[in-house]
Amino acid sequence: MKAKIIITPKKAVLDPQGKTVKNALAHLGYTGVSDVHVGKYIEIDLDPAADRETARQTLADACHKFLSNPIIEDYRLELE
Amino acid sequence: MHFAVLQFPASNCDQDAVYALRRLGHTAELVWHKVATLEQAAAVIVPGGFSYGDYLRTGAIARFSPVMQALQTFAANGGLVLGICNGFQILCEAHLLPGALVRNRSLQFRCEQIFLRTATGDSPFTCRIPADRPLRLPVAHGEGCYYADDATLTELAANHQILWQYCDARGELTDDASPNGSLRNIAGICNAQRNVAGLMPHPERACEPLLGSEDGCLIFASMIHTLERRAAGLGSPSR
Repeated sequence: MKAKIIITPKKAVLDPQGKTVKNALAHLGYTGVSDVHVGKYIEIDLDPAADRETARQTLADACHKFLSNPIIEDYRLELE
Repeated sequence: MHFAVLQFPASNCDQDAVYALRRLGHTAELVWHKVATLEQAAAVIVPGGFSYGDYLRTGAIARFSPVMQALQTFAANGGLVLGICNGFQILCEAHLLPGALVRNRSLQFRCEQIFLRTATGDSPFTCRIPADRPLRLPVAHGEGCYYADDATLTELAANHQILWQYCDARGELTDDASPNGSLRNIAGICNAQRNVAGLMPHPERACEPLLGSEDGCLIFASMIHTLERRAAGLGSPSR
């Protein structure tokens, strides 16, 4: 079982990386880009025999306390 | 007074802090991050650096060190704690201070001299700083842009928890004076109890004439003055 965690800056927080990438895309001629947000991607391998719901709760706790900072970031947790 | 200066893997301003405090005539010792007690210390400095390589987020891993659990108790008991640069980031991650430090608005690592306005003398960290005297201190960081939501900012201002703000040489708070784009030009804050503070600039690197400024001494002198008053059974001082 694998967990995929996508962490993005909160909308209210300045994202100078996203803004710079957006400007660079425009300079390179890629049109139609209305906004860019740069975040993080974390992949976690889990014991295949682990209970799915328990794993989700454990990882959600880890995301909230450690893997993301809720003051400045949002996270999305996917299990596959 | 005896200071503990915490030491994490990749702290790099720890020795500077010890040097500055000893130069002021006080004792200071390095305390390794795996040590789980701070009983000997009158005050604690969380120094600058790149603890744990700044992996995940600045300060995110350091905050779970055994010494940080001891620091939570030390702070809860009213002990004075000053976080400098990475130390400020660690204190925010540990929720000892509100808000967070994010990437500089310019995306640049900024290493330069700045001016600081001391917003209030009513704290153990600012009580010996003359009013209306901009401090000349160095900064060296890539992630020093202070962020907190509107409600937190309003509370910080109302409680006079904003201790230092970036200003120009005349003491004016301008956008150009800020090296990182912090909200409200915030360079340093304290907690509601006023015994824990953090700032991005480096007072320990401005403690002797050879370094171009001695203004950093005023921050340590404020802490020392507070500790001496406490030891004498007097209340907290103010400017």
